[in-house]
Order: sequence, then structure tokens, then C-alpha cells
Amino acid sequence: MGKTMAITGNIAIAIAMKQINPDVVAAYPITPSTEIVQQFSSYVADGAVDTEYIAVESEHSAMSACIGASAGGGRVMTATSSQGLAFMWEMLYIAAGYRLPIVLVCVNRALSAPINIHCDHSDSMGARDASWIQLYAENAQEAYDNTIQAFRIAEEMDVRLPVMSCLDGFIISHSIENMTILEDEEVRRFIGDYKPLNPLLDLENPATVGAIDLQDYYMEHKRQQHEAMLNAKKVILSVGKEYGKLSGRSYGFFEEYRLDDADVAIVVMSSAAGTVKDIVDEYRSKGIKAGLLKPRVFRPFPAEEIADALKNTKAVAVLDRADSFGASGGPLFPEFRSALYDVPNPPKMINKIFGLGGRDFGPDDVRGVFDELVAIKDTGKIKSLKEYITVRE
Amino acid sequence: MALTEVRWHGRGGQGAVTAAKVLAEVAMKTGKNVQAFPEYGPERTGAPLRAYNRISDSVLRLHSGVTNPSVIVVIDPSLLEAVDVTEGATQDAVFVINTNHCPADIKKMLKLEKHKVFTVNASQIALDTIGRPIPNTPMLGALAKATGIITLEGLLDDVKKSFGKKFSEQMINSNLEAVKRAYQEVSGE
Repeated sequence: MGKTMAITGNIAIAIAMKQINPDVVAAYPITPSTEIVQQFSSYVADGAVDTEYIAVESEHSAMSACIGASAGGGRVMTATSSQGLAFMWEMLYIAAGYRLPIVLVCVNRALSAPINIHCDHSDSMGARDASWIQLYAENAQEAYDNTIQAFRIAEEMDVRLPVMSCLDGFIISHSIENMTILEDEEVRRFIGDYKPLNPLLDLENPATVGAIDLQDYYMEHKRQQHEAMLNAKKVILSVGKEYGKLSGRSYGFFEEYRLDDADVAIVVMSSAAGTVKDIVDEYRSKGIKAGLLKPRVFRPFPAEEIADALKNTKAVAVLDRADSFGASGGPLFPEFRSALYDVPNPPKMINKIFGLGGRDFGPDDVRGVFDELVAIKDTGKIKSLKEYITVRE
Repeated sequence: MALTEVRWHGRGGQGAVTAAKVLAEVAMKTGKNVQAFPEYGPERTGAPLRAYNRISDSVLRLHSGVTNPSVIVVIDPSLLEAVDVTEGATQDAVFVINTNHCPADIKKMLKLEKHKVFTVNASQIALDTIGRPIPNTPMLGALAKATGIITLEGLLDDVKKSFGKKFSEQMINSNLEAVKRAYQEVSGE
């Protein structure tokens, strides 16, 4: 078994990268993910990994280099945040369209303007339609665990899609917490040797990557991406279970916390979910049946499983740490509401936009949401469907 | 032990963030669950900054800011006048302050009649031992004595190990001396 350490989320990721020992890492450092690349580049310089590290001149180039290296036949990863991810945009779609199992660690940070270095999910949420599998972590432990599992998920032959492993900027990336790391050998055995698929560097078997694809086959290729996402669901579950056997920490699509008999429930991803758990306990001790659903996998979206988990609740608040301006809710809300559409007697649902640009989300904010849910459960009345909280009026 | 929340007040360059990190490491080695995180803003040498710890026997899930600390450590004496170091303090909060004043003076100055206040001249100790006015290591020694969150032995062991990677033997020994002196010299009421 591994050892317990008090380290930041970024260092936990850098250690995971060292243990994974990818063939190529191409990255352009950006706050708050800088420390990952900084630490990893020292592993490269010290000879602790065999990785070819490519210092590029931008994030667009970072993803381009990752795509080239992955198409060439290597195991490839990178890390970025915010504007960096935004600058990779067109290349994200290309990585997915080429079906390259690249792993990207996204340390979630708000998008400009106004300029802000702190956490929200607007960066990775903007990439939700790029055909990348997305995993979200509550803490450094989960970020480490997700990043290791990401390789197994991405590289499965009937998936072959890139994976984004997300953690909250500063709140997790720069906070020291105690967590357990596996032995190097355990990680290497778990991820196994990389199996390239039609690599460009296999000169005996020449292949074309990136050919033009017009009305004749483009749609079939997009359909294949859709199928690969569906296939990813069972792979995510089996990898999460196998990882549980190795580490004692199993993973599914989402975590249910005291949700079984809950009347009122909060849905929230990432670090904020931990704060909600404490308040769930507090409300349970007052006799209120409160619960939490913490999504881990946002793409593919596990709609049926979510409907099943929330079907007996009376009132649900979906908390989004990003907005889709002008939409009926943030990115999570319409999907959760839609997932529950076919459930008999679905719960009343509301959406809260919270924590943008790192705005603190504390116990009192959680209490406010649960109090509102209790009122909705009792009266059946919703005051407003989508509302900003943790904000000045 | 229930949840302990610590707030560090320092100025950029004085090692408040490092002190929070060392506290977390030492507490972790005694089986505690720990968090250490700074309050990030524009980072400038000399600017007031805060860093935080959470230490608990149970798993730490809270990921919000610390608003009601039960331990407050002031690394820089000039901050007593520059910022409100008492903001949000719990009713039984313990203060550990780097100053050449006695606890009674500080209690009067900060209107902390009901609180426990510990003082130590950590800047002087740092000058005497390390040769530079970096009071973070002696403040850890004072904190260990004042609160009992960590033991002196655990702290000395961690300073030895974590400093050993980066610094000379002489520097390590002077830091160990600084910790010990502050542990002995801190006084409270």
C-alpha cells in the first residue's frame, strides 16, 4: 500500500504523472495549474521519468503537440486552466475527432473578463461538447485517483476518447490536505503498457490521420464518437471498481451521500460537495432528511442512473459553479431536470449559480439552500427557478 | 479533539504560508486530518496576508474559507495596528502574537480581556538564532507550547527533515534553536 502525505492538489497530480510516466508531456504553464508542470519538469530534469517534455509557446501548441505525439503512438498528457483551456479549444475537438486517448488535467479557473485567477467551472464546462470524457474531483485524493483511472478509461479500445480530469483551482490545487498515494509499481501495473492504435510511427503499416471527410462519412464518424461515449459508461464503472480493489477507494458516476431516503437534496460537484456533506449531517441531526448527489462524471452524462438516485426526493437544488448566460440554468441544471422528466412524481427542482471567480461557498450558504428546499417541499412553491447565490444584491 | 481552525497573520516573505504547511505536516504525523491553505491575492513582499489550517480527528470535508478561527497567530507585530486580527475569532480563541509586549498589554490593546493571549519576541529570537528577522519557525514553537496542537518533539523532527532537503546544517540548527527558545520563552495569560 502507499503512503499518506500532506500535499497540495497540484503536487498530488504531479506525483500521479511521475508514476504514470507518460511518453510525452507538452504543456504551457498557467495559474493555478502551473505547479503541476513546474514539479513535473523537475522530475524530467532529474531523470525520474522517461517522458519527453515539450515546452511549447502556447496552449494551442501544447494540445497540438499532444495530438501529434498521441497520433504518433505515445501515451500523452498535459495540464492547463482557464484561458489556457480556452486557447486549446479547436484542438480539443481534433483530439477527440482523431480518437486520441490524451489525458488533460484541468485545474478549474474562471474565464476572463474581468480577469480572475480563482475557481469556477466555466473553463471545463465550455468544453463539455468537445467529446472529451469529464471527471470532477472533490479533493486532492480524488483528483489523484481520477487522473490515474483516466488513462485506463481513455485507452480502452472501444472508447478511445480523451479524458479531462478536473479539480478546483486554489481550493484544491493550492491547499495542503492529507491523502494517500499508491506505490509507483501499483500505478504502473494498474494502467499497464500503452497500446497504440494505428500509430503514425508504425512505418510498416502506414495510416492517414486527419483526412478530409465531407458529406459522405463525417456523420458516421460523429456517430462513432457518440457510441464511444456510451461505451465509456461501462468502462468508467469497471475501472472505478478495479481501482477500488487496488486502493480501497471505489468510484462510480457520482457519489450519493445520505441520499437513500432524502426528501431534499443538493446536487453539486467538486470541492463544494465536501462542505455540503457537513451540513447534510447537521440537518439530519435536526431530523431533516437531507442528502447530496455529487456528480463525478459529467461526460458521458449518466442520466438514467441519476434519475434513479433522485427519483424519491421531493425537492432538489442543482448548484452550478458556471453559468450559461441566458439559459434556463447553469450547465448542470437542464441536464438534471431533463434526466428526471420521465420519473413519476418528479421532485421540484431549482438552480443556483454559486462561487464564480472563487467566491467563497460556506456552511451558511448551504443552510440557505436546504432551508429553501424544505420550504419548497412543504409548500410546493418555487420562488425562482434560477438564482445567483453568494452574491451581493 | 474537535475541529481546530487556525488563522495566520503575516506579511509576504515572512513564511506564514510555510508555517501553516509545517503545522499541517507535524499534525498529520500524529494521525490528524489536516488542511493548510493561504489566502491568495496579489502576492507582494511585505503585504499583509493570511494563511489557514484546519486540524481534526475526523475527515475534513469543509472546503470553505476559515471565518471563525479558534487559534490566531500573528507573525508580524506591525499587523496588530494594520489589520483586525480579532475578526471572527471564537469566544474561546487563543492568540499567539510575536511582540515585545507582555500578554496583559496586548489584551488591553486588542480588547481581548476574556481570551487567552500568548506573546513571544519571535523577531528577536530569529535575529539571535537565524540571523534574519524571519519569525515563522519560532512562532511554531510558541504555538506548540500555547495550544498543544503539536508537540515540541514532533515539530523539531519535522523542521530537521523538511529543512534538511534545502538548507545547510548550520541553518537547520539555528532554526531548531529558534523553535526551542520560543517554546521556552512564550508566556500567556
